Amino acid sequence: MTQDELKAYLLDKFTSAENTSFDYLICLSGVDYPEYMEVVYHLESVSLRHVMVLKVRTKDRVSPAIDTVSDIWITAKYHEREVYDLLGVLFNNHTDLRRLFLEDGWGFPLRKDYVDEIRIVER
Amino acid sequence: MGFNFYDFTALTHNIHVGLVEGFSPFMATTLEWVIVGTAYLLFVALFGLLLVYAERKVCAAFQQRLGPMRVGYWGLLQTIADFIKLLMKELIMPRKADRFLYNLAPFIVIIASFLAIAVIPFAPGLQSLDFDIGLFYLTSVSSVGVIGILLAGWSSNNKYSLIGAMRSGAQILSYELSVSLSLLTMIVFAGSMQFSTIVEGQRDGWYLFTGHIPSLVAFIVFLIAGTAETNRGPFDLAEAESELTAGFHTEYSGIKFAFFFLAEYINLFIISAVAATVFLGGWMPLHFGHLEAFNHAMDVIPPLVWFFLKVFGVIFIIMWFKWTFPRLRVDQILTLEWKYLLPINLINILLMAFIVLTKFHF
Amino acid sequence: MSEIKEVMFNSDRLATDEYLVNMGPQHPSTHGVLRMLVKLEGEKVLNIQPHIGYIHSGIEKMCEAISYPQIIHLTDRMDYLSAHMNNEAVALCVENALQVEVPERVKYIRTIMDELARLASHQLWWCVMGMDLGALTTFFYGLRDREMILDIFEETCGARLTVNYNLPGGVMFDIHPNFQKRVKDFVTYFRTKLPEYDQLLSGNVIFRERTEGIGHLSLADAIAYGVTGPSGRASGFSNDLRKHQPYSAYPLVKFNEIIDHRCDTLARYEVRMKEMYESLSIIEQLIDNIPEGDYAVKMKSVIKLPEGEFYQRVETARGEFGVYIVSDGKKNPYRVKFRSPGFSNLFALNKMAKGHKIADLVAIMSTLDLVIPDIDR
Repeated sequence: MTQDELKAYLLDKFTSAENTSFDYLICLSGVDYPEYMEVVYHLESVSLRHVMVLKVRTKDRVSPAIDTVSDIWITAKYHEREVYDLLGVLFNNHTDLRRLFLEDGWGFPLRKDYVDEIRIVER
Repeated sequence: MGFNFYDFTALTHNIHVGLVEGFSPFMATTLEWVIVGTAYLLFVALFGLLLVYAERKVCAAFQQRLGPMRVGYWGLLQTIADFIKLLMKELIMPRKADRFLYNLAPFIVIIASFLAIAVIPFAPGLQSLDFDIGLFYLTSVSSVGVIGILLAGWSSNNKYSLIGAMRSGAQILSYELSVSLSLLTMIVFAGSMQFSTIVEGQRDGWYLFTGHIPSLVAFIVFLIAGTAETNRGPFDLAEAESELTAGFHTEYSGIKFAFFFLAEYINLFIISAVAATVFLGGWMPLHFGHLEAFNHAMDVIPPLVWFFLKVFGVIFIIMWFKWTFPRLRVDQILTLEWKYLLPINLINILLMAFIVLTKFHF
Repeated sequence: MSEIKEVMFNSDRLATDEYLVNMGPQHPSTHGVLRMLVKLEGEKVLNIQPHIGYIHSGIEKMCEAISYPQIIHLTDRMDYLSAHMNNEAVALCVENALQVEVPERVKYIRTIMDELARLASHQLWWCVMGMDLGALTTFFYGLRDREMILDIFEETCGARLTVNYNLPGGVMFDIHPNFQKRVKDFVTYFRTKLPEYDQLLSGNVIFRERTEGIGHLSLADAIAYGVTGPSGRASGFSNDLRKHQPYSAYPLVKFNEIIDHRCDTLARYEVRMKEMYESLSIIEQLIDNIPEGDYAVKMKSVIKLPEGEFYQRVETARGEFGVYIVSDGKKNPYRVKFRSPGFSNLFALNKMAKGHKIADLVAIMSTLDLVIPDIDR
């Protein structure tokens, strides 16, 4: 199965099929693990009221990249920007992948190897 | 040279005669200018301060609070303190502003207000210009102020200012029409544009009462359009704090800002004074036809007091508008004028003309 | 000069141009340090690009270095108007992870405090909504009534805004002996004052004209953008977590989820107004029945969550608030993520305000009820 077909399949499965229809993306978070990055999608179906957590692991920890879901759930566009901003996960095909909170050239603060130079957090 | 609090004609006449006899004609005229100018300047400055204080107290009353209370008794000196603060503030100018126009704009606004105030009759004999085209003169000079606002917005080199100025331009030009037409209705009724004649014509009853429904309609339209003319809420789109920060005077500080601020209050006074003069009889006491005893009782109160009572009454209503209503949107403000007020006004004039022709008035 | 003349007489070259205006970071109606790049054509809004991060305080990063009870104190600082609900989300998440059952009394107290906080938040929203539309008097009416709630908060836990009342396992102190009486007094008082709100603003012709049909957000868009809370419910998006995933004492009370299908600014306004009545009714149902018992269960002095991932959703005054905790078994979390309602709501603004006037943009933003620290975190 090619990537496009997989995507179309997932799209159909998640958002429109009668017994799933996950049309509401509650939350999209990124987590930095020692070997990989993980992007966590909390999904809910508005009509059926069931919740699902979907996790995607990236191959690479240093320069992670996965496909965007902003074409499926629009709100992901901004949540992905946040994940990119704080963890440096690149989202392929994202239309507007810019820093959200921090300025350009700032590191990725939520990575575990981030050096807190001005010691805001660690004392 | 006895001082008569009920009629200032003798007083002003005596001063005039005294000056003409004592000095050369040129000196006499110059001195008269200086005296009248100083009197108006003093009046405007003091009355402006008083109005600011009144507004703060009225607003506080509507908002269930006390307003200024700390400076002076009941906060009476608060506005003076504020004025001193404004005087001492640094004058800031945006770097790319048009220097000349930026400095000129506040003066145009305030001069227009001063020009307009000249024809207001305060009491018998207490009026510096009594033209036969008094009302016409007033409506024309009061609309000069909008040029100042447009210039202020344009020369500030700030987009908020420019939007504010453009809104103000569209709004004032439109509402000028309604103000003039509602005044025209009353001119048709009074048969004169001269303020002294208009006031004199209300000896037996204010035009608001004698003019039947058309004058009542004209009064309401005048109040609405007048509020819009002074850029006050709910028509304060030019300033619209929540949208444009401060509109056309965003970039002004210190005394130049104070000029705009003062001009707004003088305009408020002018609109109220015109409303009081044309509709509520000006300095004329409340008279009812042939109720002689009642009319005599009313005559005891001096005309000056009558005038200011009426003016403050109208000012209170306009302040009431501001502190109650939400602001209109720019397209709604123009819709209100062109689709509602203007047709109402035109029909109203016809009605008034009909009434005057058939002598169907008191 | 010749060029000007040429432009004036050549109508082809007499073109209008669109321009950009920076709304914020200092602007009276952005309610904080939000900056929006607004593209305008005259008065018409063509596009809005929000720029956030001016008060990004790195709360998620800070949470990784501190213990669970300490995290609660940081959550106040995000959506300060729903401080109690944010605290509760973390407390519930930790309790669920440790499978601690809190006493009934705690549930009741938490729910009453939730609803009081919601009322206070909606009151402040109402004040500011009026202000944004130019009716300045509303501000003082709303604050007058909000003061009573803040006084109750102060008496209960010593703080007025950032209450910090919740702890994992319960609440910090027992309620004050006056609590029930004061809350009941407030409820009866506020029931008489709510109609005053309607008289002053809701029924006003200008207000109706300014809000009706403005800022349309369809149901599909509301779901796609994840617009929750009263703003989402005004688009017919049933998302009240108090109903769908009840927590604390919400399963025990009867209340209606206010849903409106008109999708406009007026609908969002009315949903919040009606929610205030529902909150009052929830408080009335609970206040007389607070059971006796402990106000907290004894927790270990160092709270360690078992290894795993925990998610808790609560309904704040602005919408769905989520806490996502990844724990590796230590006393501080491995990763904490907060799903803030304002973040998702903000980005629907462009969709709603496009094509309207500047004044409408302000009104629409006002009905989204944004709290900027909640967005920036």
